[in-house]
Amino acid sequence: MKSLDDLQKLRDKAKRTMDMTDLVDGVRIQVGMGTCGIAAGARPVLQKFIDEVAAHNLHNIIITQVGCMGECAFEPIVEIVEKDGTKTTYCKVGKRLAEEIVEEHLINGNRLDAYMLSTIKR
Amino acid sequence: MLSRMHILICGGKDCLSSHSKELRDEFHLVLSELNLLDEVRLVMAGCFGLCSQGPIVVMTPGETFYSHVTVADIREICEEHVVKGNIVERLLIKEPIDKAKIKNYSQLKFYDRQRRIALRNCGQINPTDINEYIARDGYLALGKVLSTMSPAEVVAEMKKSGLRGRGGAGFSTGQKWEFAAKSVDDVKYVICNADEGDPGAFMDRSVLEGDPHSVLEAMAICGYGIGSHQGYIYVRAEYPIAVERLNNAIKQARELRLLGKNIFSSGFAFDIELRLGAGAFVCGEETALMASIEGNRGMPRLKPPFPAVKGLWGHPTNVNNVETFANVPAIFLKGADWFKAIGTEKSSGTKVFALGGKIANTGLVEIPMGTTLREVIFDIGGGIPNHRKFKAVQTGGPSGGCITEAALDTPIDFDSLVAMGSMMGSGGMIVMDEDNCMVDVARFYLDFTVDESCGKCTPCREGTRRMLDILNKICAGNGTLEDLDLLESIANMVKDSSLCALGQSAPNPVLSTLTHFRDEYIAHVVDKVCPAGVCSNLTNYTITDKCIGCTKCAKNCPVSAISGTVKQQHVIDLSKCIRCGACKKACPVNAISSKPLPKEENK
Ligand SMILES: Cc1cc2nc3c(=O)[nH]c(=O)nc-3n(C[C@H](O)[C@H](O)[C@H](O)COP(=O)(O)O)c2cc1C
Repeated sequence: MKSLDDLQKLRDKAKRTMDMTDLVDGVRIQVGMGTCGIAAGARPVLQKFIDEVAAHNLHNIIITQVGCMGECAFEPIVEIVEKDGTKTTYCKVGKRLAEEIVEEHLINGNRLDAYMLSTIKR
Repeated sequence: MLSRMHILICGGKDCLSSHSKELRDEFHLVLSELNLLDEVRLVMAGCFGLCSQGPIVVMTPGETFYSHVTVADIREICEEHVVKGNIVERLLIKEPIDKAKIKNYSQLKFYDRQRRIALRNCGQINPTDINEYIARDGYLALGKVLSTMSPAEVVAEMKKSGLRGRGGAGFSTGQKWEFAAKSVDDVKYVICNADEGDPGAFMDRSVLEGDPHSVLEAMAICGYGIGSHQGYIYVRAEYPIAVERLNNAIKQARELRLLGKNIFSSGFAFDIELRLGAGAFVCGEETALMASIEGNRGMPRLKPPFPAVKGLWGHPTNVNNVETFANVPAIFLKGADWFKAIGTEKSSGTKVFALGGKIANTGLVEIPMGTTLREVIFDIGGGIPNHRKFKAVQTGGPSGGCITEAALDTPIDFDSLVAMGSMMGSGGMIVMDEDNCMVDVARFYLDFTVDESCGKCTPCREGTRRMLDILNKICAGNGTLEDLDLLESIANMVKDSSLCALGQSAPNPVLSTLTHFRDEYIAHVVDKVCPAGVCSNLTNYTITDKCIGCTKCAKNCPVSAISGTVKQQHVIDLSKCIRCGACKKACPVNAISSKPLPKEENK
């Protein structure tokens, strides 16, 4: 990095990618992969999302691992971030639920209320 | 993102039909016009159960409920409430709200109380991709520091922020940097202490796994401030994911020349290497840690000389904890005044706590200093499960003490915890309920310190061993009142004469339980009963008339010692009972207690 300007340019570019600015209907799937998430079974869940998204031939979807959000008791946690910033947090996600999230939330546009963190965390 | 405010929009199914999505879009639009998107987070919340008043919008902190909000109201909310802090009276919910009736109230509390600085990126960015860190203003603080500030200004800013070390003692970070900066030497070191040995603490691991670059950036800033060109991260080998992500982060930072020579064309060079520890608790103590990095056995030495004067390989060294470092880039981005305004007068900023034990929501919470323990345990943590009563909370791990119900409303900061006979430590917070035996808890921590004592000094090596012997004797039912006096006097001796803080603080769990729960000790030695029903030699379970006859205890008893019919009070046959406690755990109404036997049965 040579200058602050260089960094700011890189930041703007990285921000566009992260905010999905150039994607139509972009969606970011964040799978919590701290030690707690991985121990609770996040790895196969991440793989399941990759497989499901490919199987349904969905585009403009970014699947990524993230660290721990702190809600360790509810892992594996998956957040669906839509382009407008709407964030839906699903907890205790297994392979079955991953499939359902792709089919219901991503394809049909229905959020699965029953599995949302805010619903479960009473 | 360091949001100062959350706007929760009720996104329950019913409110969705009343246009909460449009509300969200409008908020997004107005906030971006006002350039506030970085400061305010919009959250689509679950249903609040106030549907007749919907759509509901809740502003936190402050828990302001706006009802019947329409798209046309949003500009006013943003301009008045968000910008000026004025409540929009006409939108306030009309009826007084009964908090108990609000659905998902906990989500509200959760957002209301938490404030994320150290954990700002954890769970939000991909930790293996430096670009995502940069997208969130990563390395901007370093760029700003190297391009516009002198090393002395960096140290001054740090002092002004009031940041205190998050690794244990809470020493002023700015002062520590100043000492190291003032030591004259061509070679100095920056060390990040990622040993995290407290049982029950895992915030450092979370930062390293979720946001490794924040630590690297902070270490480089520190290096510039004190005049060092080499950093080490001492991380335990038991954290393989953290190690892998740190190695990857260092590689990526080097590739972008954010580490290495001539960073930001400033002439400043800084590099970082990892050193793996074998997971000894004592190696978290800074002088033992440095001995371990040097390749020697990890044993502490007397201070002074302090590391800032004579540290790693005899050179001035600054040691800070992971969470301490994680705060640093935010401080330089937003300014010391911003940070100082958060928290209490003497403890600025936030603290991450690892909530564990008998609590509904185990996990990490980051709260401003000055939040009360009650808010942390009951509002954020969701309280004690299974209708049990709160007994105590242990903070500071094996070096800390227990805090009782009476102190739950004290605002937490470094000094108040010490005044309560405990300490901040690294931020482990273990909640205990009436099923925890406090003598057994003291024994648990002491067992840990006996194992982890390095053996260099006699008080710690022999004293803790003797204390453990006494505790074992008490738990086995053979203790006497004289043992309690002996225990207390050895504890004070170990505290006063040990070489390092491991030994000096090891008696704390014993002394604090002796102070706050002496009646439990006395029950063990005089009445020969463990009131919590944990110490098996001193436990005689009885089923009280609270019993609803659900049969769960009988079904869970491994030796069929419990009899009774459905909906009738059950009975335990103590001659068969093996005191395993399975019935007590299974009981939904807490009807099983441990009582002293009548004298003649007491062998
Ligand atoms: C027995 C013992 C264990 C310690 N373990 C840790 C640890 O795991 N992590 C840590 O940051 N500090 C630990 N410390 C405190 C360090 O000695 C040192 O004070 C700290 O790393 C300084 O960083 P700070 O000022 O940022 O808190 C420990 C201290 C003692 C006495």
